[in-house]
Formats: sequence, C-alpha cells, structure tokens
Amino acid sequence: MTSTPRLIEVRRNVLKQNDILARALRQRFSDAGVFVVSVVSSPGAGKTAFLESLLTELHPQKRVAALVGDLATANDAERLARSGAPIRQITTGTICHLDAAMVERSLQGWALADLDILFIENVGNLVCPSSYDLGEDLRIVVMSVTEGEDKPLKYPTIFNTADVALISKIDLAPHVNFDWPSAQRNIHAVRPGMDILRLSSKTGEGMPDFMQYLESRRSQSRYLAAD
Amino acid sequence: MHELSVALSIIDGVMEESERRGGLQVAAIHLKLGSLSGVSKDALLFSYDLACNDTPLEGSQLVIEEIPAVLYCPTCEAEHSPPSLQDFFCPASPDHIPQVLHGRELEISALELQG
Repeated sequence: MTSTPRLIEVRRNVLKQNDILARALRQRFSDAGVFVVSVVSSPGAGKTAFLESLLTELHPQKRVAALVGDLATANDAERLARSGAPIRQITTGTICHLDAAMVERSLQGWALADLDILFIENVGNLVCPSSYDLGEDLRIVVMSVTEGEDKPLKYPTIFNTADVALISKIDLAPHVNFDWPSAQRNIHAVRPGMDILRLSSKTGEGMPDFMQYLESRRSQSRYLAAD
Repeated sequence: MHELSVALSIIDGVMEESERRGGLQVAAIHLKLGSLSGVSKDALLFSYDLACNDTPLEGSQLVIEEIPAVLYCPTCEAEHSPPSLQDFFCPASPDHIPQVLHGRELEISALELQG
C-alpha cells in the first residue's frame, strides 16, 4: 500500500501566467516587425515629457504609437496625442504596475504590422513594475537629476531588470549640483556595464544621441529576428 | 506594493497544481523568493493571509525560502556572491559584466499536504 507523499515538488513560477502572455506578445511583436520599448521611472521623473518629445520627433517619419499607464486620468494620453501618433491610455485603478494582460487588452484593434515602434509608459513606480515582463524588446529606466545620484542604490531591482538608464532633466543638473561620476558609479554598482544616456526633454539636449541609440537597438533586434 | 497581486497569483497557481492532481489538501506552500524578485517577504506574508480568506487555502501556511543573489562573470568564468544588491561589481574588475544566476526566483517549489 502506498501512502501520499507529504511534500509534492512543484517548481512553478508564480508569475507563470504573465510570463506566458509576455512571451506570446514578444512573438507577436516580432512577427509584426514592431520594436517595443517600455519606460519605467518614479512618478515625476519626466517619462511623459520624454515620450512627448520623442513621439513629436519620430512622427510621422516613423510609424510610432504609445500605450500609457496610470492609476487614474487620461491626462498623459491627451498630452501624448498632441504628437499626432496613435495613443491609448491604460487606467489601472488601484494597481501599481502594468502587466502583460493589460498590454494585450489595450492592443485590441491595432494593426501591429502598421507600426515601426511601440512605446509603453509604465505607471510611475520604481518597485512593482520590475516583476512584470511586458514582452518589450527594450526597457528604459528614467531617473531625473533632481531625484539624487543614489536612486539606483535605493531601487536596485528595477535598474537591474532594465536595459538602459536614461538620466533626464539634465538642464537642471547645475542647479542641483548633480554629481555625474557618482550617478554613473551607482548605476554600474547595481548593473555593471549598463548603457547610460542623458537627456533634457526641455532643451532637446541628448535627443540626437538617444535617437541614434534607439535606432541601433532596433536594427540589432531586426537583425536577430531575421536570423 | 504589488504583493497582494503576487499572493493572488500564488493562490491561482496552487489551485491549478492541486486540480491537476485531482484536488489536494494543502497545508503549506514552499516558496523561493529571490532578493532581486522585487517582492518584499513581510508584505507578501501579510498579503497572503488576506488573500487566502474564503478560498480552499484559508489557514494554509506560506513558507518562504529567501534566495540570495549569485552572479556569474563570463570574463572570469566564475561565480560570486555579491556583498549586497548595491555592489554587483565583479571582484576582479568593475569593467566586467556579470550575469544574474540566482536572485530573480519567485517560484512555488513544493506543496505540503495535510497529514
């Protein structure tokens, strides 16, 4: 007679459903030839201003669109829509992050093959979004100079899951005595080798470098997809 | 604070595993929680008890095993345990780019059945 074992080995990722959905999204994006970039930061770091200037710069030469997540209001979608690019707001209610299911739902009716680049602006939060794969090709973490050089040390996980750090509001750097070497050291301490870019959405400084970076990452991913 | 969402995902996952095995009386859930998972142990334990209310898992215990970060440096071809999440540099050189081997775990490892 056999008795039921008291301990059953399972080995199951808790966010399995999200990961399955994110993998399916990544495949869909790749099949449609759209490069997907997500943007995370604390509230007020300048994600929306950054996307506003980026979309204005890219539209209509490149076929771009954006999804923007917030707990409430469609204010950011309205701001981004001024660029002329297609925009959709994701209102999460009380949820502090986007997940793959929200992204999938908000894509309904969009012909992905008609897009070159899709941007996803996450809810302003440096903690929770780090756990959720959205199927993106590139995750940008934005930190503004006014937040202090030690932000990466305080939120190591989000910096660790992102691909590139973008330091924003650099026009304000002299006013807050921003310590560039210290910021760079802190970013690399939590994520050695991380690419670091600098930008002022207000003056446009750093935008050409960012565009070049974006294009090189996009062509790399297309090359890999075609491989 | 997304630990409540994570707790609900744990419950969904356990219920699915239980149903696949014809329905289990689960007394405890063993969870591996990496230091880079972005999930706080205390907040998760707190949320778990709340999330279990009125489910078949009410009264079950969440047993968390914390998994520290372990890095692998491809240049040195060696693993190391970083002193903290704030110091991921390879001990040999800050220019090396170590990869994360462990620390991202957020995994149900085992189910303990009622005896």
